[in-house]
Amino acid sequence: MSSENSTLVKLNNAGFKQNDKWLVEGVSLTVEKGKIVTLIGPNGSGKSTTAKIALGIYKNIEGSVEKYTNKVGYVPQKISIDWTLPLRVYDFMLLTENIKDEAIDEALTLTGVIHLKNKNLGNLSGGEFQRVLIARAISKKPELLVLDEPVQGVDYTGEIALYELIKRISDTLNCGILLISHDLHTVMTATDHVVCLNGHVCCSGSPMDVAKNNEYKTLFGEQASQILSVYEHKHDHVHSDKGEIKKN
Amino acid sequence: MFDDFFIRALIAGLGIALVTGPLGCFVVWRRLSYFGDTLAHSALLGVTLAYSFELNIALSVFIISSLIALILIQLQKKTNLPGDALLGLLAHSSLAVGLVVIGFLTFIRFDIMGLLFGDILAVTTDDLLIIWTGGAVILLVLKLIWKPLFASTVNYELAEAEGLNPERAKAIFTILMAAVIAISIKMVGLLLITGMLIIPAAMARNISDSPQKMVLFSIIGGLLSVLLGLFSSLEFNTSSGPSIIMASLILFILSLLNIKQSIKLKN
Repeated sequence: MSSENSTLVKLNNAGFKQNDKWLVEGVSLTVEKGKIVTLIGPNGSGKSTTAKIALGIYKNIEGSVEKYTNKVGYVPQKISIDWTLPLRVYDFMLLTENIKDEAIDEALTLTGVIHLKNKNLGNLSGGEFQRVLIARAISKKPELLVLDEPVQGVDYTGEIALYELIKRISDTLNCGILLISHDLHTVMTATDHVVCLNGHVCCSGSPMDVAKNNEYKTLFGEQASQILSVYEHKHDHVHSDKGEIKKN
Repeated sequence: MFDDFFIRALIAGLGIALVTGPLGCFVVWRRLSYFGDTLAHSALLGVTLAYSFELNIALSVFIISSLIALILIQLQKKTNLPGDALLGLLAHSSLAVGLVVIGFLTFIRFDIMGLLFGDILAVTTDDLLIIWTGGAVILLVLKLIWKPLFASTVNYELAEAEGLNPERAKAIFTILMAAVIAISIKMVGLLLITGMLIIPAAMARNISDSPQKMVLFSIIGGLLSVLLGLFSSLEFNTSSGPSIIMASLILFILSLLNIKQSIKLKN
């Protein structure tokens, strides 16, 4: 086991090659208990690949992965489910682990889809299905959560609520989260550590450090500087529980 | 009331249906019907070897089918041919080799029709023992690998990511397929075994809204098919395999009525 007990998964200079083409290379990162690590980067930059390396889905990798937990919850970016299977939301919740009914109900309630419990999975909308995916991943009370664009297709208010939920889960379960997100605002405000990918790690560090990095600015351009201003703006006040602004 | 051979055939058939029910669901879910065919065709080679070396038929078929499955997995890794081409290659070449070997074995009288389409007269007390103990082992192993196998059927990467080892489950399932073909070949015949796997499961799909229900209905459908099939086989003096498969086809057609009804209900 790890000497640092809080480490859940650690990538050492990891990379993956498919058909002689590097999907991603030279990634080093550590996900610890209670911490949110976010991967950002343009399309095709190797975010999902990095997540799959961390999860052990890809076997023949360069470098190494040290995984210190088997209690993993995964929300994949793309999921193709074959509808030759009669599968209700309830059956899907039990897919990889036998979970108590109360835990299933609790998770489905948290993501706002408890009313769909006995619906056929094939009849859900994209956003509903995404909420079920998140519910399934958290209902296992995992130590490591890997969320690959977890709120895609979810309506705007739902998106904010789900990100708040994810943050809350990381606090209450003290689990580590590896998050892939395009929502830079969320990334910059809710994350402990950011890894910016573009086929390799172009920069990493605290959201603040990354936002100031020139490579990051080149990759994300206009949007990045806006987020940066949002981020810096945040530092002249804090929010109370009720959302009131308190000046520092 | 009935002759001994018929009682034996009934016990054998019901035992087979108990096993093909759940396995057949996975064959439908994982789209393995052609794979089942390939293993079944290779069984002919297993039968000829059993006669040549005086081995137990079920054992010999099991070994040959497992071997073919292994070869298939290797070919998939080493060549760029699509899966169905490889399956066709193995299915027909093993069938051909089996038939050629039969041609050489002139000193043994073969009932080819029996091999291809099943023969209830051929079921012995030993076969019953093989079917029921073999079947029990198959079901037990299937229960043990159910979670990883089912999860990876739904989504391979989820199962892999959450530590369920889907590769191992898949390999074990392949062996179970070879085993179910081995125990049912005498009864159903090698051309029709896949039908026994698929048709009750397909019927069950039409009337199920959850995987557990589908397995249950698939078993019930298989049992009914065996009963109906064997009685009509006795009545009309037809081969057991085709009679059972026809019975399951009738059940499948009846299950289609249920689809129409549920569509009406939705509107």
